[in-house]
Order: sequence, then structure tokens, then C-alpha cells
Amino acid sequence: MNNNHITNKKTHKTRNDLILLAALLAIAATVFAAVGLAKVDGASVAVIVDGKTVASYPLGADREVSLEYNGHNTLSIKGGTAHVTDADCPDKLCVKQRGISKEGETIVCLPHKTVIMVKGGERPEVDSAL
Amino acid sequence: MSGNGRTRRLVLYALMVALALIFSYVETLLPLPFFVPGMKLGLANIVTVIALYKMKARDAAVISAARILLASLLFGNMFSLAYSLAGGALSFFVMALVKKIGRNGVVGVSVAGGVCHNIAQIGVAAALLETAELVYYLPTLIVSGTVTGCAVGLLCAIIIKKLSGFRLG
Repeated sequence: MNNNHITNKKTHKTRNDLILLAALLAIAATVFAAVGLAKVDGASVAVIVDGKTVASYPLGADREVSLEYNGHNTLSIKGGTAHVTDADCPDKLCVKQRGISKEGETIVCLPHKTVIMVKGGERPEVDSAL
Repeated sequence: MSGNGRTRRLVLYALMVALALIFSYVETLLPLPFFVPGMKLGLANIVTVIALYKMKARDAAVISAARILLASLLFGNMFSLAYSLAGGALSFFVMALVKKIGRNGVVGVSVAGGVCHNIAQIGVAAALLETAELVYYLPTLIVSGTVTGCAVGLLCAIIIKKLSGFRLG
């Protein structure tokens, strides 16, 4: 057996693996930078259930809201950032997600088919529940 | 080889599925510092990658599918089944492809699988929730898939080396 040939092939594969790693990280960094630069503080959070916006709350005022769509989630808005602080879904992954404050950021609760998304525009004076 | 080939294979596959299931379970116990939809440690992928290298691709696919179905029934729900199946299918297909092309090592195969798994999951979530904005998670998911895929790949490279004397399936 030609050991030299095998070693060569192995080095090539390792090199290609490193190229793949670098390429993926570069893509991620590019997308991240592009998204990050475009990010601006949002004005309100929309509650979207099954693709439809069912409620909207301004980020300017601190509050806690109980969301009862396909289950229970507690939405808490504090200092311009929205969190899900409690939920009765089995995995509670929505509670683990980071707070959101920039336009387009989301918190997702898959079991309840609920998405909370930061919207842009002027900060509304009064609350609106659609 | 001693014993009945069919029986031996059946036992071997069952052991692989059981091992993958344990990995899936352990993964549900590990707390992540933060969570992004679609993100996963991918411990069970250790079994899939090894199966891919030590068995026929078809057999590895069966083991992977059996693990996903059972893990969703035991530790998840119908939602997680849809996400896991999409993630598992795309990740398996891409890993088999990258391995067949033969330009990458175990780490490359595993990384490609990890990234594709995460992309497929967020894709399904965006489609089911009709929320295209979930693509904002894409960079995080690519990085997390690369890191976990790298760890799994390095581990698998060691295991495959140790198993070089054994024939599975």
C-alpha cells in the first residue's frame, strides 16, 4: 500500500475541511454584519399567530401582558426590550430566547405557533390591540 | 464471520438507534446558555456520521430516521417531529453527498450536516409560522452549526479511527 499517497489525500481533505469552515464563518459574518448594520431600534412589538398579527404593544412603556393564543405566554416589556418571561408550553424555549428590541427581531414559541416581532416606525402614543 | 448475518445486523442497528436515542435524551437535559430556534448540539449526529462511514448510506439513513421518529415520540411532540425530520433529512442528504464527493474529511462532512440541519429547521419554522423574518437567525445558526459540527466531527474522526479494525453492517 502506498502510504505517502494516503497521507497526501488526508492532508488535502483536512485543508478542504478548513476551507469549508472558513467559508461558512465568512458567510455568517457577512450576513451578520449586513443585518446588524441595518438594525434600528424598534417602536413596538407585534404578536403574530399563524401568520396574522393579533396584537401590538409599544416598546416605550413597561408592561406585562398575558398572551392566550394556543396556550399561555407572558410577554414582558421593560426598558425598550421585550422578553417572554413565562409560558405553559412543554419546552419553554421562548423563555430562553434573548430579549428583543431591534426592528425585525423575533421571539418564537413553536408549540403555540406564536411569534413576537419588533416593528419599526413611529412609537405610537396609544396602545393598539388589533 | 460467525453467527447469522441478518440477526447480527439487526442487533447492530438496534444498538446504534438506542445509542443515538440516548444522545438525543442527554441533549434535552443539557441547558444551553441561550437559545435560537433551530439550534442544536447534535450529539445524536455522532451516530449518524459513524454509521455513514462504517455502513452503507441506506442503512445509516434508516438508523437516523428511526432515531428521529422515536426521539420525537419520547421527548418531543408533533411539531418537533416536523422540524427534526426536515433537519435530519437535509443534513443526512448533504453529509452523504459531501462524503461521496470525497474532498472533505469527517469534520467537513459533519460541519456540512450541522449547518444544513439548522438551516432546514429555521426554513420549516419560517414556512409553518409564515414569518420570513426568521432568516435573521441564519448567521447565528450557521456559526452554531459550524461549531457543533466541528466538535462532533473531531470526535467521530477519533472513533472511526479506533473502529478501523471493526466491520459494522
